[in-house]
Amino acid sequence: METVVPATALSQRHLLGIAELTPAEILLILDTAVAMKEVGQRAIKKVPTLRGQTVANLFFEPSTRTRTSFEVAEKRLSADTLSIAVSTSSVVKGETLIDTVHNIEAMSPSMIVLRHASSGAAHLLSRVCRARIINAGDGMHEHPTQALLDAFTIREKKGRLAGLKVAIIGDLLHSRVLRSNVLLLTRLGAEVWVCGPATLIPAGLEHLGVHVTTRVEEAVADADAVMMLRIQLERMQGHFFPSLREYFLLFGLTEERLALARPDCLVMHPGPINRGVEIASDVADGPQSVILEQVANGIAVRMAVLFLLAGGVEHEMVA
Amino acid sequence: MKWLLKGARVVDPANGVDGQFDVLIDGDRIVQVGRDLPEALAADGSVVRLAPRLVICPGFIDMHVHLREPGQEHKETVATGVLSAVTGGFTAVACMPNTRPVNDSAGVTQLILQKAREANLARVYPIGAVSRGQKGEELADIAELHTAGCVAVTDDGLPISTALLARRALEYTRMFGMPVIEHCEDQSLKGEGCAHEGPVAASLGLKGIPGAAEAITAGRDILLAEMTGGHVHIAHMSAWTTLEAVRQGKSRGVRVTAEVCPHHFTLTDDLLAAPVPYDTDTKMNPPLREARDRDAMLAGIADGSVDVIATDHAPHHADEKNVEFDKAPFGIVGLETAVPICLDRLVGAGVIGLPRLVEMMSVNPARILNVQGGSLVPGAVADITILDPDLRVTIDRAALKSKSKNTPYHGWTFTGGVAATIVGGRVVFGNQAAGWPAEAR
Repeated sequence: METVVPATALSQRHLLGIAELTPAEILLILDTAVAMKEVGQRAIKKVPTLRGQTVANLFFEPSTRTRTSFEVAEKRLSADTLSIAVSTSSVVKGETLIDTVHNIEAMSPSMIVLRHASSGAAHLLSRVCRARIINAGDGMHEHPTQALLDAFTIREKKGRLAGLKVAIIGDLLHSRVLRSNVLLLTRLGAEVWVCGPATLIPAGLEHLGVHVTTRVEEAVADADAVMMLRIQLERMQGHFFPSLREYFLLFGLTEERLALARPDCLVMHPGPINRGVEIASDVADGPQSVILEQVANGIAVRMAVLFLLAGGVEHEMVA
Repeated sequence: MKWLLKGARVVDPANGVDGQFDVLIDGDRIVQVGRDLPEALAADGSVVRLAPRLVICPGFIDMHVHLREPGQEHKETVATGVLSAVTGGFTAVACMPNTRPVNDSAGVTQLILQKAREANLARVYPIGAVSRGQKGEELADIAELHTAGCVAVTDDGLPISTALLARRALEYTRMFGMPVIEHCEDQSLKGEGCAHEGPVAASLGLKGIPGAAEAITAGRDILLAEMTGGHVHIAHMSAWTTLEAVRQGKSRGVRVTAEVCPHHFTLTDDLLAAPVPYDTDTKMNPPLREARDRDAMLAGIADGSVDVIATDHAPHHADEKNVEFDKAPFGIVGLETAVPICLDRLVGAGVIGLPRLVEMMSVNPARILNVQGGSLVPGAVADITILDPDLRVTIDRAALKSKSKNTPYHGWTFTGGVAATIVGGRVVFGNQAAGWPAEAR
């Protein structure tokens, strides 16, 4: 499926999710990110592309990695950035999300990067805002730039996505990273296996074109990449699994289990990792781990998204 | 003064009547129903000539409505609610007790009835709380509620908290001949769910409410009704498994009845994803479910397992709905959309005939709540709904008489609508677009 010709521009004003992207648009973003990565390797890591534009990073949920990644991406493109961490508990009672964002919009940002605990929050704002919305994670729904950086990382290492076996293991029910990755990887022709405890598999997941299993060995066997999802420690309260110890025994990625995969299988994690819960330390730090490269690639992918949504075309960057 | 409805079809299933008949009304009563009644029976000029396609039915009764007064008058008041009701063809509504304060005392019941008398449009039958404050801890003063005018009890919005309290309610209400109306939903299974648990919720990242959450409580209460001899009425049934439980209960002779809302036999959870993703006007409780559930509701309507169509009219202010999906309140308005939906999707589509529709919207609600109406025999109260099965109706949110506009049907067109609504012999709504004469009272 990578014979798909990359698009020349994005058809949508916003990046709400992978669901709204065509395969050609995904490839456009990934290709643009290659040029952006090169910018990050220069001595002076800055281009004037977004000079004079304001980007507001509006985070209603705590996030260090995604927020700093967007900030670095924006600064490398010379945008003026505005980062607002809104702890939901401190939101003035009665002010709605729409009102909060209209206040931010009064400062004329051209783009708003939104992280919010409610699924669909980015869709809601896209219907009422002038600014372009970039979804930096909405509830349990999507986290499109994470999936794009994961795909970028796999493609950089393997040269392709089509035909690869990718296993995604962990809390499938609550994970927006899972949903975006499933949509993206299946669209580009990868064979996706998802695995987790039966209590954390959403009803109807199989309709998304993935193989669903509760046996981690089956998911990992001959995989080209294994993505481990973070286990939220508070999940035990919902009776999803009895203990972290038992979770690790059943689903943790160990050297023994990784040995079932292809020898060059990538070990991935969107972070932050729980050592000894979903992944053994020696695997997380081992030679097959690309966890830190994912972080670095995140900047390039987010630069590409900002650039394309601002109306850029790829050859301008290369020149 | 006597007046005559002439030339239309009368559908009165309680009396086995379906044909072209005239109806003579005197004061608040029906005097005579017969073929080609002489115009001389009416006072001078008091003959309303109707097109033969129009259908005269006993007045429709919506037994599941939230009027929001007292306490949430920004969403709806008794006055706006009954205006919405008569515009939608309902001559009576039964209103749920989850007001602020809860209708768990004669004082609140009397306030609602007073507001209804002042509005003087549709009849209003208050429903009292099962438990004090709807807290699920102790029974409300049900005899007092009954004496004040409540026709049923429910903790709607929530299920009756425990099997023991449900048992006691079913036993206690037997003394007054009142049904216990149950909002079936196991709270531990519902959790923070805000959409039907299935593929759509999975892809939208919304927490799910499984159909079993409804069927478990329905099953519990049907067993308790069987044990106690009480009457349980299952509100807003949505899951196919609940329908199975109701059918089994009925086949064993349990006093169980059940209602279905128009949205649950027309829509599915696909509407949460498209055309407008996360549209909060598609969020209600119970949630829109899957095609299998919707089709089961249609089958239950067709085979008689469903007793009542009720709207669960749940007005919410636009400010409350214009938020994140998981934070929005559950519910949609329904009084003004129900008749067009039912005429189009049930009668027009051939699922049922008009007599069966009248049974579910008039005869059975009157019987279950033990109130007047549901029949057009001489001497019966002149509560009448007149339908135009051929009227093209396009739902326009802005035109709704309800104070709230939260409907998923905005812009939908249906064939079938209301020509007139008559309460106690008084025309409280007439629709000239349906051929109701402008000069008629």
